[in-house]
Amino acid sequence: MVFDATAGLPESRRQSLVDRITRHAEPYLYTAPALILIVTIMLAPLVLGLSYAFRDVHLLNPFSGGYVGLDHFRTLYDDDNFYRALRNTLWWTGASVLLQFVFGLILALLLDRPFAGRAIAQALVFLPWAVPTFLTGLNWAWLFNPVIGPLPHWLYALGLMSEPANILSNPQLAMWGPIIANVWWGIPFFAITLLAALQAIPRDLYEAAAIDGAGAVRRFTSITLPFLAPTIAITVLLRTVWISNFADLIIVMTSGGPADRTQIVASYIFTQAFRALDFGYASAIALVLLVLLLAYSMLIVMLRQVLMDRA
Amino acid sequence: MNRYSIFGTALHRLAILCYVVFALFPLFWLLKVSVTPNDLLYSEGVRMWPSRMSFEHFRFVLAHSAFPVFFRNSMIVAGATAVIVTLLASLSGYALSRFTFRGKYWLVALMLLTQMFPLVMLVAPIFKMLSPLGLTNSLTGLVVVYTAFNIPFATFLMQSFFDGIPKELEEAAKIDGATQFMAFRQIVLPLTLPGIAATLGFVFTAAWSELLFALMLISGNSAATFPVGLLTFVSKFSVDFGQMMAAGVLALIPACLFFLFIQRYLVQGLTAGAVKG
Repeated sequence: MVFDATAGLPESRRQSLVDRITRHAEPYLYTAPALILIVTIMLAPLVLGLSYAFRDVHLLNPFSGGYVGLDHFRTLYDDDNFYRALRNTLWWTGASVLLQFVFGLILALLLDRPFAGRAIAQALVFLPWAVPTFLTGLNWAWLFNPVIGPLPHWLYALGLMSEPANILSNPQLAMWGPIIANVWWGIPFFAITLLAALQAIPRDLYEAAAIDGAGAVRRFTSITLPFLAPTIAITVLLRTVWISNFADLIIVMTSGGPADRTQIVASYIFTQAFRALDFGYASAIALVLLVLLLAYSMLIVMLRQVLMDRA
Repeated sequence: MNRYSIFGTALHRLAILCYVVFALFPLFWLLKVSVTPNDLLYSEGVRMWPSRMSFEHFRFVLAHSAFPVFFRNSMIVAGATAVIVTLLASLSGYALSRFTFRGKYWLVALMLLTQMFPLVMLVAPIFKMLSPLGLTNSLTGLVVVYTAFNIPFATFLMQSFFDGIPKELEEAAKIDGATQFMAFRQIVLPLTLPGIAATLGFVFTAAWSELLFALMLISGNSAATFPVGLLTFVSKFSVDFGQMMAAGVLALIPACLFFLFIQRYLVQGLTAGAVKG
């Protein structure tokens, strides 16, 4: 039908109509496969999961599944463990992101300078990033273990510890275990991203600034930082969300213990779902977490927009 | 000035050395314990290297466990996921980089949303969705799930690489009669090879490491991936540190090899050539 309608038109007009349709459809064709996968494998289960928050769903109980209204949320309101997990999440996320970013930026600046053996040094310092996260957790748990690891003995020798003990079983210090493992694992991610952004800065800018008499500090604040700012903003914001949901290390290293001192919201959800097999309650906690993170994500979208408009 | 720069150089090398030691020490310790014979494990304390080396732990793990199968399963899953994700993400990343279209804002918002919510939420619904399709306890099921999980981040990553390539290159090609897709395939993609390598590396590592969904979707040894196998092993033989660490070293090998292979593309050349425009 479409071809009939355009059959009488001159060749060039017909061409341009087909062109126009193609041009309009083109971006959708590029994004369709990704979009379809995201909708079917992530969005649909998400909606299904949200409905669990209002139902009594026990994974292995075939008779569960009934509607319970807001019961889960009433339980949650009085759940002290949840509030503790929320505070722990802030502490875990804040400390991890800050340390990863600071050490990642320093590493990127160090590697941006040419020196003999840079390629090898770079390969070695980026290596932790390739280590699977569950193995990172196991590895650091072993290092903190006085039976098999050196760290407690060293801390004892330095006088920082009265006896070689496992910090993972000390309620006051336990959170530092997963945080240190997370920093070790996450520094390369920041360093790689920031180094790529650093190397995208045209070298002639530095040369011109040096000729104009700008010192190293001045070149850093007037050229490097402004160029890095968008990368830093987006990387830090995305990473914050990612780390606040990142429960693998905690589950592998401490399972939230001792005395729930390392339990973050994500690991609490995991515990409810896999140990208690209470998927309804787990989904209710997840829904609350989702609302908090959504507020945060709106901020990112707005910030992205501002940054893109400015660029 | 000269003395200052010598001092600065020394400080720079020292800082690099600190990073290298910090990065390698845990892995070194893993390797050290894995080659320490059981009788020396507790008697020698925190020695840097055992007085006698032995590969007994590796022999046990390779001969008397299902680790070779786990290894193969993980290679299949991580490899397939990396290739499919990179292919699809370069398409969608290109669209985000080069087109303005209705719904783009919502697409970005949707992709960001997928980065926000705790994936643990999806474990039960995905299990219930995949189960009737026969995709639980299957490597295909894992590939499908991992592909969807990794696409949003990979898309943003590819978009940032495309953003670094000047539009003028494609405009010139289009003036010469190429379609946008031809310009994308023949001009932009070759310039993005470092970005493609980086994306492959990211996704391979992510798929190789994933634990939660593998635990949920796979039961039994035949389709178990390495993380599932290792964690089962750890809970079963939790006192045998030597064997656990030998298995850990094996889990490390492919991820590290792949990483060393692609890492030179990660940063080098991101900006060389066309980007300078």
